[in-house]
Amino acid sequence: MIAELGHYALMLALGLALIQASMPIIGARNNDPVLINVAVPAALAQFVFVALSFGALAACYVTSDFSVLNVYENSNSAMPLIYRLTSVWGNHEGSMMLWVFILALFGALVAAFGGNLPDKLKADALGVQAWIAAAFELFILMTSNPFLRIADAPFEGRDLNPILQDPGLAFHPPFLYLGYVGFSIAFSFAIAALIEGRIDAAWARWVRPWVLVAWMCLTVGIAGGSYWAYYELGWGGFWFWDPVENASLMPWLAGTALLHSAVVMEKRGALKVWTILLAILAFSLSLIGTFLVRSGVLTSVHVFATDPRRGIFILAILVLFIGGALALYAWRAPLLKQGGLFAPISREGALVLNNLFLTCACATVFVGTLYPLALEALTGEKISVGPPYFNATFAPLFVPLLFIMPFGPLLGWKRGDLLGAAQRLILAAMLAAVAIAAGFALNRGGPVLAPFGVGLAVFVMAGAITDIAERTMILRVPFAVTLRRAAGLPRSVWGGAVAHFGIGATLVGIVVVTAWGSERIAAMKPGDTIDIAHYRLSLDAMFRRPGPNFSDLVGHFTVSRISGELRGPMEPSRRSFPSRNMATTEAALMTRRLSQIYLSIGDPNPGGTIPVRIYYKPQVLLIWIGALLMFIGGALSLSDRRLRVGAPRPARVPATLQAAE
Amino acid sequence: MVTSGTRRFHLAFSLGCGLLLLGSLSLWAVESSEMLADPVLEARARALSKELRCMVCQNQSIDDSEAPLAHDLRVLVRERLKVGDSDSQVIDFLVARYGEFVLLRPPLAWHTAALWGLPPAAVLIGIIAIVLVIRRRRPPQTGDTANLTPAEEARLSELLRD
Repeated sequence: MIAELGHYALMLALGLALIQASMPIIGARNNDPVLINVAVPAALAQFVFVALSFGALAACYVTSDFSVLNVYENSNSAMPLIYRLTSVWGNHEGSMMLWVFILALFGALVAAFGGNLPDKLKADALGVQAWIAAAFELFILMTSNPFLRIADAPFEGRDLNPILQDPGLAFHPPFLYLGYVGFSIAFSFAIAALIEGRIDAAWARWVRPWVLVAWMCLTVGIAGGSYWAYYELGWGGFWFWDPVENASLMPWLAGTALLHSAVVMEKRGALKVWTILLAILAFSLSLIGTFLVRSGVLTSVHVFATDPRRGIFILAILVLFIGGALALYAWRAPLLKQGGLFAPISREGALVLNNLFLTCACATVFVGTLYPLALEALTGEKISVGPPYFNATFAPLFVPLLFIMPFGPLLGWKRGDLLGAAQRLILAAMLAAVAIAAGFALNRGGPVLAPFGVGLAVFVMAGAITDIAERTMILRVPFAVTLRRAAGLPRSVWGGAVAHFGIGATLVGIVVVTAWGSERIAAMKPGDTIDIAHYRLSLDAMFRRPGPNFSDLVGHFTVSRISGELRGPMEPSRRSFPSRNMATTEAALMTRRLSQIYLSIGDPNPGGTIPVRIYYKPQVLLIWIGALLMFIGGALSLSDRRLRVGAPRPARVPATLQAAE
Repeated sequence: MVTSGTRRFHLAFSLGCGLLLLGSLSLWAVESSEMLADPVLEARARALSKELRCMVCQNQSIDDSEAPLAHDLRVLVRERLKVGDSDSQVIDFLVARYGEFVLLRPPLAWHTAALWGLPPAAVLIGIIAIVLVIRRRRPPQTGDTANLTPAEEARLSELLRD
């Protein structure tokens, strides 16, 4: 019964979405306040019904109702509650439900907190939001219904794919989708502005918090996925340039560009037309990412062709929304007045360069990901585009981007003083030089470029600190004044500096672990020892340990420094899941400050030994700490009262302006 | 039997939350028994392995993959290196056998010109576009607020006041 209610609620949500997609927009064209006012209640009601539907599916999972096909295929009553819950989105149908749920959630948030928006803009934006919702609700109902029943309900489910039975599944997809779908708000506002044919700097102020939220969630979503892959896959890689990863990186790059161009638009009224385009692109890339992952086209062009129903449907959504949006853009964008002049050397100029490199990096990932598919479809030739291509093309685009990053915040709006900015960055540059020298001193045969990578990262981090130091005039005025100035700085300034610092931290982690990490591969039996970096690991014993729905083959290791100091035990295991006849690697990690020892074992060899992989990962945690800092920076920026959603107007209005009003 | 099950990990792509960064359970990619005694030769073999695709896997190098084919290719690469082949000779040998699909770094050729050409072209076009826009907009103009009434303009500047 619950499943049927969920199914029905989804259909009602579709009906509401269709109303929300049509009435308010018609109303806005005819200045009909009755129709315009349909938007808010429709968006709220649509969210309620989508939430009901999603809740019904979750209830089926939690109660292990195996008469529902989707639950039977992806769950098992022996699984702990948390995995029974997360397996809701651990499959195609459920993850599309999560997608639609978050989409409706964002729509409802705009409806609930958009009190300060002009009525027509809000009506149009919610209307566009509802087109997207309707398309995906229709997609679920027609091709991916999670509520289908089985006539003879089985006693036990088939279990969730073991690799997904991990806390990562609770965290990674929801945040990723919050990011993906969050960009739909910017998209809807952009389309609404194009429909109205009018846009001003206030538009950027309304849209920026939503972009910021989406960007923050996407950042930690990607980082969380990266850490999950790092510890789950057993060989300690953190980024693979896999098409699935690229699908999430593209919206992130476009979203980062959008975040920055929206600042220019808000402060200076410039880059309007470009910002609108980025808003369209960021969400289009989210849609493309969904298509790539959901259609099966990545596995092979042929898989797509043999079971094309879902793929074709999403492709149609893709063509409709992206094509429609770009066509509307081409038609209406010329109506939008450009404004806000600035000299090439200025804050705006620096942000334009930021946008240039970010969009080019995004285009590179796009082409690298889709080129093999396109080439095979067109000519039948099969080529591979892998990590070597992306490393070779991505790095040259990111190096200049990171190099100009510290300059941007130090340049003034409209017309900046490059020489002055460079002078203020001298200390940062000196620190970078020291880092490069230290890098070379410690390098000993490592890659030649690595010290420069560290130097660049230090420059970026020191540049972020310089920005704050300059604004608080630290050491140049009494300390109390500095503190007062620091407290008085807008939160968005702090946010920007923290996020930029985070980029530098991530870069340090990537460069150091790539250049100076070490690896040992061996076959060991109990009693053996092995050395890595300055640590010695001995395999003491092997034993079996049962779990709720799996059994572990555990290797017990003792770690000490080569000098003899004991560091503690590590217990990597090989986890077998009888229900699916599969096994996963449960790596053991030992954290020492920001570095980790990474240990994983494989299936025993015939000779009684087990294969062992040991990695020393210096500074590896910085990669994800940096992402966390970006998130915190975003949150700080979001808490800036000027950006707060529904922020009240300043209480004090200057007399002259009052007179003008 | 467990190993055969792990092949199904490719399902991780179509399963689940979609953007899992899970390619396959690539444990036991390079095995200790495969490794060459000569560390220089072994290092070359590892570097080469990272550039070569495991053709039955989804987007994995033979260095990362545990598939039997990847194992065979790793052994093959090491055999060629032992006989004294240069890196490019090994790559040519594998391309002759398996086609360009085996290369994770596509060669520069006519059919990949757009692939390799795009990043520099994008930057170039971007710079040209920016320069053109700046030059075109050099003469001062009324600006974007021209279509606003004075009251609106005042309200806007008040809203945007820091």
